[in-house]
Amino acid sequence: MTGVWLLLALVAAANGERLFIGDQVIRVNVQSKEQIQLLQALETQQDLELDFWLHPVSTELPVDIRVPRSSVSSVTELLSAHSVPYSVIIHDLQDLLDEEKAEMVENQMKERSTRSFNFGAYHSLETIYSWMDTLVAQHPKLVSKLEMGRSYEDRPMYVLKFSTGGDKRPAIWMDTGIHSREWVSQATGVWTANKIASDYGSDASLTSLLDTMDIYMLLLANPDGYAYTHSNDRMWRKTRSKNQGSVCRGVDPNRNWDAGFGGPGASMNPCSDSFHGPSAHSEVEVKNVVDLVTNHGNFKAFISVHAYSQLLMYPYGYTCKNVIHQPELDSVGRAAVQKLTSLHGTSYKVGSICNIIYQASGGSIDWSYDLGIKYSFAFELRDTGRYGFILPANQIVPTASETWMGLKHIMEHVRDHPY
Amino acid sequence: MATGELNPDHYPAQRAAKVVQHYLNTQYGSPFRLFGLHRVHSGTAEDAADSGRKYQLEISVQEIINNATEKCSAEVLFPRAGEQRSSQVQVSCEELLKISTKAQEEALFQKYQMNQSLLSAQNLPDSYGHIEPDNQPLWHLGIVASSFVMLNESTENTLYNMAQVASIDQLATDNQQLKFDCRVLLHEMVSQEIIHWKLLFTWSPADGVKVLQMEKLPHCHHCKVPPNTN
Repeated sequence: MTGVWLLLALVAAANGERLFIGDQVIRVNVQSKEQIQLLQALETQQDLELDFWLHPVSTELPVDIRVPRSSVSSVTELLSAHSVPYSVIIHDLQDLLDEEKAEMVENQMKERSTRSFNFGAYHSLETIYSWMDTLVAQHPKLVSKLEMGRSYEDRPMYVLKFSTGGDKRPAIWMDTGIHSREWVSQATGVWTANKIASDYGSDASLTSLLDTMDIYMLLLANPDGYAYTHSNDRMWRKTRSKNQGSVCRGVDPNRNWDAGFGGPGASMNPCSDSFHGPSAHSEVEVKNVVDLVTNHGNFKAFISVHAYSQLLMYPYGYTCKNVIHQPELDSVGRAAVQKLTSLHGTSYKVGSICNIIYQASGGSIDWSYDLGIKYSFAFELRDTGRYGFILPANQIVPTASETWMGLKHIMEHVRDHPY
Repeated sequence: MATGELNPDHYPAQRAAKVVQHYLNTQYGSPFRLFGLHRVHSGTAEDAADSGRKYQLEISVQEIINNATEKCSAEVLFPRAGEQRSSQVQVSCEELLKISTKAQEEALFQKYQMNQSLLSAQNLPDSYGHIEPDNQPLWHLGIVASSFVMLNESTENTLYNMAQVASIDQLATDNQQLKFDCRVLLHEMVSQEIIHWKLLFTWSPADGVKVLQMEKLPHCHHCKVPPNTN
């Protein structure tokens, strides 16, 4: 930490700020008139450059003196020689000033980011990552950030864990942005993470949920793709891995899971936007999630958030045959959509992936369902094609808010139906 | 393929209904009139005698700009696989067409004709979903022109939406028509591909949008695309 202080000191010096390195502040508890006179005499000695914070006035009050480093030994010797008792209340003033400044900067940053983070705007990866840190800093007892691995281009993948304690409590998984061009998904993730952190303690239902369950949120499930949509191609969907023997990069991360892998609805052409990849879990971004969820072993719900089409779907995608729990999943889905629609009138359709949009193999919620995570759902958020992937930013908060109504219903159902 | 009574929420009816949307836009679309599929109420599908697949649908269509919705009956005939012609659509949506956009269209048409310079715009909408108000009519024209391609390209195995107007440029003409050259990105939902098309089209209030040329552009996979900066 001394490095930081040194840096701050250097910066201060460069700015023409005065430094107080090694200066001490001493407190004298005067006991007699003679001692007061002695101190008053010291006050007049200009060469000592003493700075009296509390002047010698009476024996009732202490006398505080800032003593420049160069005068410390002379002053302490003098006081000892006259048997004037004193104590050092600040051993190094500059240390204290540096600490105070660092705290101020931190508070300013916290304030700036909580006050000014615009949830109704699309942000860069760096901004979202930095915001995650402020969320954790604001809610340290509830939220923690875990690095769950790196992406193909070596970007960290961070998952936010919402937990009030326990050891591997039953948990809910949510991921946003696995397809990088679906920007309202990541934006909804950010808003939702903030919502959960803010409402814990005030929303009775959410509080009771978090008192017995954990929530894990992967906001940028495809960080390389997301960065690429900002720098090069707004319509990029896949990962950015290199494909052997092809100029085309990237694998569709939602065709790469070990669930009917390589089956219908996924392409074997590396140039295709639905390329399934060389093998199941070949994409590190997918493998990282697989490892976390498998090793944890106690997830009870798995929710993947996409855009667009306004759909709430359950497994399977890789086959059109019904899952055993179809009636329950369908009923939960319909109730969730009712809550969602109640906010802004946005209409959603409910059904299995294969029936509602298309047969598609290697999908995340098929994998999670077959792993035994019964409550597996996929959202396709706004809209239905007018703006498509480039949804105006002013629709982010309405989309996230209505989605939250649906998500909350699903989570409450999971909480109330342990298995 | 699904035959008989269809589940209106499932994809076979949805894909057929989307084709009706594209058809309506080619016939009646303008800078002030755009159609969107609102809901499918019911539908049936059958193999048509010699020529492909026939869908009969009850749908709700929305005129987006005036925010009016109407229940319409429609019939979509997908050609037999391998045949080059586009789908045939019949639809009755009279109420929506009664909403008059003539005055606005005439005003815009005249305004464009009196312009000193030729219009030009890129990335409608931009990466953040934003479109300058002055460019809205151009975005709408791009959607209408794209609908010709989407109608042409649609099958039972596709679902098209226009993702973005990459560029639209007004061309000089020596007659009263307004002529445009545009590049559009279409999103095909089933394959998830983004397909680039180049279109040459005219527009006038009297004749609507007419596409003169359409050309599919190759997608350059290893090219560095300049960022959408707007």
